[in-house]
Amino acid sequence: MTLLQMLSFADTGWGMALLKAALMTLLLTLAALLIGALVGSVIAAAKLSRRRVWRWLGDAYSILFRGIPELLLIYLFYFGGASVVSAAHHWLGGDGYVDVPPFLVGAIAVGLISASYQAEVYRGAFIAVAKGELEAALAIGMGRAMRIRRVLMPQIWRYALPGLGNVWQMSLKDSALISVIGLVELMRASQVAAGSTHQYFTFYIVGGACYLILTGLSGRVFNFAEARVQRTQRRNPAQS
Amino acid sequence: MIDFAFMSDTLLKLLGALPTTLTLFFSSLALGLLLALVVVAMRVSRWPLLSYPARFYIMLFRGTPLLIQMFLIYYGLGQFPAVRHSVLWVVLKSPYGCAVISLALCTAGYTAEIIRGGLQSVPRGQIEAGQAVGMSRWTLLWRVIGPITLRQALPAYSTEAVLLVKSTALASLVTVWDVTGVAQQIIQRTYRTMEVFICAALIYLVLNFLVVRAVAWVEHRLSPHLRERPLGAPGKPTPETAPHS
Repeated sequence: MTLLQMLSFADTGWGMALLKAALMTLLLTLAALLIGALVGSVIAAAKLSRRRVWRWLGDAYSILFRGIPELLLIYLFYFGGASVVSAAHHWLGGDGYVDVPPFLVGAIAVGLISASYQAEVYRGAFIAVAKGELEAALAIGMGRAMRIRRVLMPQIWRYALPGLGNVWQMSLKDSALISVIGLVELMRASQVAAGSTHQYFTFYIVGGACYLILTGLSGRVFNFAEARVQRTQRRNPAQS
Repeated sequence: MIDFAFMSDTLLKLLGALPTTLTLFFSSLALGLLLALVVVAMRVSRWPLLSYPARFYIMLFRGTPLLIQMFLIYYGLGQFPAVRHSVLWVVLKSPYGCAVISLALCTAGYTAEIIRGGLQSVPRGQIEAGQAVGMSRWTLLWRVIGPITLRQALPAYSTEAVLLVKSTALASLVTVWDVTGVAQQIIQRTYRTMEVFICAALIYLVLNFLVVRAVAWVEHRLSPHLRERPLGAPGKPTPETAPHS
């Protein structure tokens, strides 16, 4: 079989499978980024809290999720999740072994890892917001909710965007690890294609190229978004 | 509730795999650093024939997941008879050799960017001052650019070292029996996920803590001039309170 035949989008080729798998990788990373944003902002809030207990909990989360190998965390969520779900199933009167959906496990695992990095991004962004602006908002009588909505949030997004771009790239690469629990994303699809055609080199190169396209394109998107939000920012005279 | 006998038994089994993880880490760290020095030297060259390949290398290894790089080297390269009959096969035929090579190649891409960041932080004036006192290129590199770069790059390098410790876990997927590989095996045999996970996680956390402390110690040793003056020491009457970066 020639290379083009192997990669064709017809029934005999692997093109369609790889394309679907690339979409799955994107979807998984997107889900992980959203979970990470939710958890990460809570962790960031805990780290910025005045209460020592909260700060301690936030730091403990960072140490655990940034110090333990991703692969080990994925095993924990996969095998641990399966036993928790099975136990709940038995408790509700069912029997047999219940499988947990790999997509959900993968999104939660990569999401919680990304949360530990996103927390740092949000914390840094919060600190970067000028204190005077918050005091000015307070002085003209804005309520707490309005201060957060009108002053804090728009600026946090702007400062957090470059860091979020890095976290996105990291999650995109972490998502390849979800292949070990059987979710057919780009890595797994390359593995299956390589195994069934015995063209290991070709398919891992093709898979790698797909990842390069994904990271390259999403890098562009983030650069564009950064340029877009910078438009309303007063330019730093030191930079120009 | 907690089965201590099982826990200690697991911990002992996992500690048996610790030398594999450690040697994986240290050999890929050393190889990766050497390679990174070459890549960064090419990257900052004015000659495009050198700088573009380096750019491509960095993009390639930072833009793809380590797992696919490792599989490409382990499963992909062995497919060619030319590779199987070359000298390289001595290293590439073993899973361990492949794991070290792919870890080193990958970390070199990240490390090169860290070193480049350090190089860019060397103040222009210091280089000019060195030139003004008549230092040769090598003396300038050895006495001025090198030390400043090293100090600037160390904090980011400690992060990279921690990432590398975590990355060694991927070697278990190409059948190297490191801590994660053994942990996964015990989990699949006993289905006692939580206990095994706690033991393995503890090993990695201690390892990462030691790595961070070691780099912080080196950094502390290298920056005596940035530390606050001990009280009562001769010099300025008021202690310096300006924040340091």
